[in-house]
This record gives sequence, structure tokens and C-alpha cells, in this order.
Amino acid sequence: MSLEYLTALIAAVLFAAAPLILAALGETISERAGVINLSLDGTILFAAMAAFAAARITGNPWLGLAAGGLAGAGIAAILGVFGLLLGASELAVGFVLTLFCRELAYFMGHTQARQPGPDLGALQLPGLSDIPLIGPALFRQSPVVLISLAAVGLVWFFLMRTRPGLVVRAVGESPLAAGTRGIAVKRVQFLACLAGGALGGLAGGLYSLSVKPGWGHPQGCEGAGWIALAIVIFGGWKPVRVALGALFFASIQVAGIALQDVLPGLSGTLFQIAPFPVMILTLLVVNLRRSAAFREAARRVPLLGRLVPRTAGGAPGAIVGALDKGF
Amino acid sequence: MTGRASPFVRAGFSLALAVVVTLAIVAAAGAPPFETLAVMAEGGLGSGQAWLRTLSALVPLLLCGAALCVTFAANLWNIGVEGQITMGSVFCLWFLRVAGLSGLLPAPLAVAGSLVAAMVGGLVWALLSGVLRTHGRVHEIFSGLGLNFVAMGVSLWLILGFWKRPGMASMSGTEPLPAELWLPALGGRPMSLWGLILAVAAFGLVAFVLNRTFFGLALSAVRQNVVAAERLGLRPKRRMLAAMALGGALAGLAGGILVAGLYHRLIPSISGNYGYTAIMAVLLASGSLRFLPLACLFFAVLTVGSIQLPLALSLDSSLAGVVQGVLVLTLFAARRLWPAGNTGAKGGGA
Repeated sequence: MSLEYLTALIAAVLFAAAPLILAALGETISERAGVINLSLDGTILFAAMAAFAAARITGNPWLGLAAGGLAGAGIAAILGVFGLLLGASELAVGFVLTLFCRELAYFMGHTQARQPGPDLGALQLPGLSDIPLIGPALFRQSPVVLISLAAVGLVWFFLMRTRPGLVVRAVGESPLAAGTRGIAVKRVQFLACLAGGALGGLAGGLYSLSVKPGWGHPQGCEGAGWIALAIVIFGGWKPVRVALGALFFASIQVAGIALQDVLPGLSGTLFQIAPFPVMILTLLVVNLRRSAAFREAARRVPLLGRLVPRTAGGAPGAIVGALDKGF
Repeated sequence: MTGRASPFVRAGFSLALAVVVTLAIVAAAGAPPFETLAVMAEGGLGSGQAWLRTLSALVPLLLCGAALCVTFAANLWNIGVEGQITMGSVFCLWFLRVAGLSGLLPAPLAVAGSLVAAMVGGLVWALLSGVLRTHGRVHEIFSGLGLNFVAMGVSLWLILGFWKRPGMASMSGTEPLPAELWLPALGGRPMSLWGLILAVAAFGLVAFVLNRTFFGLALSAVRQNVVAAERLGLRPKRRMLAAMALGGALAGLAGGILVAGLYHRLIPSISGNYGYTAIMAVLLASGSLRFLPLACLFFAVLTVGSIQLPLALSLDSSLAGVVQGVLVLTLFAARRLWPAGNTGAKGGGA
């Protein structure tokens, strides 16, 4: 494999992973506060439409990206009002919102379909882009890669090193205890949900303005939200591991495209769905390590424990079992 | 407000609010609001043909709605209905090709067998989700969704590969089946009477199982408290798997009816969002079997009516999904703003 090919491969993975990273980081913030936002897939699609439409109207892709973020925050606000204020089931509302936002995106974006529009373009940082391997991969391509990598650092710093981040984690770990300490639990959860939704919206904007430019039916980012939701579990609700998970899934997508030339007999559709069985297998492995039966088996046969990849810690206290509550 | 009246008052309130929000959204999209609603109503209810098309859409919705009621009764989020429909249609066509086209079985037997094969297809796909949940601790929302995409991939792979039309692979689907392998239609009209009979029978069966059998009682015990159900010896995992299997078989049957009774071939995305629409209908009916047929009928009218939108007003037909979403969301709000008495709380705290 030549160095150029390797560079191109790394660049492609980073590029494909960028929106997944943002969406999964947003969901991490939200779930760390104890709010499961199942509307992520619809949020990404609607924000992709909103971002593209805004970019076309204003002629400025950056304003479009901001519109995507606003749209995401708006959808998260609906979830917050229903889930936190009215006390409806987050799962039910989130799921309904996913379907609703998808249909609304197709309905309202009808006039934007298959139209040319601005995109975020490419970025070339003089000097830095000449570094071998990472230079072209990081500094001679779309700005979305740098945005996503910066977001990893920012979200990690916010959650793990700042006081508001600590409050978010405390609320998610035990809303009751946080409330007793005088923290306005619902307000914190609402804000975390908004921030998470905004990041999901930015992810949608990255899709329609850069990674899969344009708008249509289908846009090409359908299903990304569900993968992002699984990545959060894969990454154990820890920002850096979540980002690594997003890179892992992006590399599967890129491998699918790369292998299409090697194995032309297999239809392209098969590679498009490849991340989904991998998602299921990943969740299976992640949960396998946590099961009592596996721990017992690994105690007897230590090799087992080494073979199955070690995964990050458990879920925030407030969302343990939340998925099993039903509607 | 009396407990008895409140479901209807809330339904009326939700409907009124949903109409207002929908009109606002339609206006925001730059379309004439009242004309749009009129086109949708006309398309779904305006003529005998429209009614037949609506009834035709009601069949998969009712089957999937019944399937979801069984799995929701066991507290399972069976999001994989779309995939179960798709696998049902794949198994149905496979059986028709093996037993019908080859002349192995007489045509009526082949058609009947293909519907059984469709139920097996849906059942297997649902059990995959179920086993992943009960034995692999993978939540059924993720496995179901993942398997939906996988099923879509499988059907596309067959349409463009193994089962492609002679000489050309086409996104318009596989070669149409000969008329003797069709589920008999009502005088050549665009609906299958047999499909409707089967859907109503399946709905009756589910109502009987949930309300009148020990299995239904056990499911409700599992739903309310898994740990207690386990202590009582009700084997929750096995009940969950049984609920998934029954639900999957019903969704698979919907897929079989779509192939043998409507399209007479396999087409890409044959499930046509019926699985997701059925979830909305069940949420609108709050999981209650009493309101489910009405919710399914209403959503069928919307779905069929919206098909006219691109032709009449060059609007996207996804408006049907928008109306459904608004309706369910406003119902959630209404249920919280006006909590009902004891009678209304039956559907659980959504």
C-alpha cells in the first residue's frame, strides 16, 4: 500500500467520521445528564435540510451550518418540553420526533431537492499541510475534520474538567442526590438536551454542506443517527472513546467503498448496510462483557477475558434501565 | 371532566390542534393550506376506488398494529416491524418461485403456502431481535432498526441479483407473477379481499390472546414487573420471545399479502413505511386495541390521500407522516395536560 493511498484512506475516514463524532458527542452530553434523545436520526436529517436551505438562501454555508445547529436545538427543546416538563416518555417522544422530523424534512425540503448550493469547501493551512501523512489528511481537506476534532477536545474538557460539566454528570448519575444538593435538575437536563441537540444539528449541517453535499430524497445520511446512538453505548459515555467509536464506524463505511472496486460482484447496497450488522455485533460484545455469565466464564478461562475487547464503563445512573421502561 | 368522556375530548382536542399545526406547516412550505387538506381527503375518501385503495393500505397497518400491540404488551419496543414485513415478502416470493412457478404445488396451495412462508420469514426476523434482547442484552430498538436496514439490503440484493428480471436488473422489481399465483382480488380492483379478511381475523386473534388467555395475562405481568414475573415462575424471557414470534409472524403476513395480493412481485422498500406508520397508530391509540382500528383507518386515509399531493399540488407526499407525527405529539401533550381518571390510564404512562 503506497503512502499516498494510506493518506487518502486516513483522510477519507476522518472526513466520514466528522458528523458521526459531532452527533455522538451531542448525545453523550445529553445522556450524561440523564436524557436519552432518540430523535437523533430525525434531528440530523431535518438539520441537514435546514442547513442546506439556509445556505442556499443566504449564500453562506457557515450561516447554513448555524441554522442546522439551531434546528437541532429546537427539536431537542420539543423533546425537553414533552419529556421533562410534561413528563411523557422520552423514548416514545424521541421516536415519534424521529419519524416526524424525517417526514417534515422531506416535505419542507421539497423545493430544495437536487438544487446546486454552496458547501463548506476545502481548507489548506500553509506549512501544516506539508507534514507527511497527517498533513494532507488533516490540513488539506474539508474544515469539518478540524471542527469535529476540536469538538472532541471541547466536550471532553467541558464534561470532565469544568464545574458545569461536573454538575451535568452529577445530575445524570443521580438526579435525586443532585436535587438534594440544591441543583436545579430539570434545568440542567434541559440545557444539556439543548446542547446535545445543537451538536446533532451541526452534524446534519456537516452532511448536507460537506460530507454528502446537497439535499434530496434520500439525502444519504439516513440511519446515521441510529449508528451515533449505538456509538455512545460503544464508547461507554466517555467523549474520547465515543470519538474513537465514530472513527471505527466510519472506517467500516470507507472500507465498504474501497472494497467495492476489489469485489465488484457484491452490490453497493450491501456495503451501505454493513455498519448496521456491525452495530448489532458491537452492542452484543459490549454487553457480553457486562453479563454475569461471561464474567463467570472469564474467571475460569482467563483467555476469554483477553480475547473480548475491554469496553468503557457503565451507563450514567439515571439512564440505567431507562431503555427498558417501555412507553 | 369524567374519566369516560376524556379520551374523546382529548382526541378531539388533539385532532383540532393537529389540524391547526398542520395548516401552519403547509402554509410555511408555501402551499395553499385548505386546498392541500381537501386534496388529501379527496384522494383517500373521494371515490369508490379511493376507498378500496384505503382499505388496501389498512390491511398491512392493521396487521402490524396488532403485531405491535402484542409486543408492547410485553414491554418490547418492536421497532423492527419494517424488516419483518420485508422478510415476510422475501419468504413469500421465495415459496411462490419454488412451489408455484415450478408447478410443484397447485396454484391455490402454493399461494396459501406462500403466506405461511411469509409468516415464518417475519417470525425468524423478529426472533433474531428477541434473542438478542433476552440472551445478548442488545436493546430491541437497536437490533430492530439494524435488522430493518439488513432486510432492505437482502431484498435489494435479490431484486438486483438472484431474482433479477431476465436480461436486466431493475429497481422496478422482480418479474411479475402469473395471475394464477395472485391472492384472489375483489373483481380486479386494487385491493385484496382475502388480505382484509386475514387482517381482521388476525386482529381478532390478538384481541382474544391478550384479553382472554393466560398468555395475555402473563405478558401483562411481564410488562408490569419483570422481576415479580420471574419469581412467579412466568419465565419472562420465554414470554418475550413468544410475543416477538407472534408479532413477527403477523408483520410477515403483511409482507406476504403485499407480494401475493397487491404488487405480485418483490419491489425495493416493499414495506413502504407501514411498519413505522403502525407504530404511530399504536401510540395514537395508546396501545389500546379498542381504538387501534380507528387509528389505523385514519392513517390509511392519510397515506393514500397524500399520494395525490405530488400530482395535484406538486407537494411531497411525506405530508401524511407530518400530520401523523403532529397528531401523536399533540395527544401526548393532551394526555399530560388533562390526565384522565382510572379508565383512561389503561394505556400506560406514555
